[in-house]
Amino acid sequence: MTQTVAVIDYGMGNLHSVESALREAGASDVVVTADAEAILLADRIVFPGVGAIRDCLAEFRRLGCETTLRLAVDRGTPVLGICVGMQSLMARSDENGGVDCLGFFDGTVTRFPRNHSDTDGTKLKVPHMGWNQVAQSRNHPLWDGIADNAYFYFVHSFFLPAEESDHVAGSFDYGIKGSAAIAKDNVFATQFHPEKSHDNGLKLLANFLRWDGTC
Amino acid sequence: MSLAKRIIPCLDVDQGRVVKGVNFVGIRDAGDPIEIARRYNDAGADEITFLDITASHEQRDTTYRTVEQIASQVFIPLTVGGGVRAVTDIRRLLNAGADKVSINTAAIFNPDLVRESAERFGSQCIVVAMDVKALDDGSGRYELFTHGGRKPTGIEAIEWAQKMADFGAGEILLTSMDRDGTKDGYDLPITRAISDAVDIPVIASGGVGTLDHLVAGFTEGGADAVLAASIFHFGTYTVAEAKAHLAQSGIVVRG
Repeated sequence: MTQTVAVIDYGMGNLHSVESALREAGASDVVVTADAEAILLADRIVFPGVGAIRDCLAEFRRLGCETTLRLAVDRGTPVLGICVGMQSLMARSDENGGVDCLGFFDGTVTRFPRNHSDTDGTKLKVPHMGWNQVAQSRNHPLWDGIADNAYFYFVHSFFLPAEESDHVAGSFDYGIKGSAAIAKDNVFATQFHPEKSHDNGLKLLANFLRWDGTC
Repeated sequence: MSLAKRIIPCLDVDQGRVVKGVNFVGIRDAGDPIEIARRYNDAGADEITFLDITASHEQRDTTYRTVEQIASQVFIPLTVGGGVRAVTDIRRLLNAGADKVSINTAAIFNPDLVRESAERFGSQCIVVAMDVKALDDGSGRYELFTHGGRKPTGIEAIEWAQKMADFGAGEILLTSMDRDGTKDGYDLPITRAISDAVDIPVIASGGVGTLDHLVAGFTEGGADAVLAASIFHFGTYTVAEAKAHLAQSGIVVRG
């Protein structure tokens, strides 16, 4: 059975990588689009995002994608949010002076502190950029075959503190414990970039392509 | 658990072929960039940097095509630099599949390019590349150079790094022009000074000859990532050997 994956294209940066990685993970039919009909016809939806959240959400809403995404989530279509895509699903972000987000999950995205340091006093750079381990806080079909504490690629200055959400599916430690992934019903979202996380990331995408949206 | 230190093989690309100079002259051919990038992706490299060292405008289309081809086969972050002059160049490279774009000379002539592109595309994809040389006046100061280390700018390196971080750069790629191609090791004092002076990650570059040089880049230089070309291109060491050596030295790497 051919399954279509829609990657939501709201004009904010490079979707080429997400598309290539989905194909590498086994997707045969990937459409990159903002078109409501195309998105609603798809069997699964990827909501990527890079850059500043205010601009991302403004474009996302201007193109009508918010309504489309709400419909798709209500219908039970499996959805994967990535990076700013994940942050956009939260209630609010402190970025750009404070932005109301889509509110699929409770919780506020916040910035790593200025002069951030580890518990032993080591200076920690921001953005949190590079490969960090993800501790799986619960079982989920998207973690199938991926070792606990596997490395994934992160690049972000804002994050969802782990205690902000009851839906944390995985966490990272960077002086502070942050949400690496959140999950509820048919929505799974990652702060890290699976499309840039080599074998572990491709495995997660392959799991997403098989996922029926239940957990 | 902590953030792994990164190893970044660098592809210096001239007219579609990977080359590596010694002190930026005497170029040797090391092959096809797409093949090499794929090889590093499979070998466990943490990122790949692609520097277009020809970067004449007539040949830019070759670069975009190469970036597209690499990005479709490589599932780790890809940084592209060389000849980036304007916001439109950055947009095109990001659209071609670059995850980060490295800005060097253009940042010096137009620092607002860094601010503007960080605001537009996010700091996470803006790398400022700095080519530095130690001043031989005994001051211990370092100056920024352009044009492959040929033209001095009069700009002091540490102040520049801080300014670029303030302007929204997400990372600094620091190359020592004194060390590049020498295999004598990174210039550790300036690497340490800049890493301490800014809150954004710093990549050490220029001069790697041994695996202990990589270790020193992290321990003494305080770098967040190390960049190397020749030692990997010519098979002196594999990425796996480099990671094993770093791990033995107590440095956290992605296995």
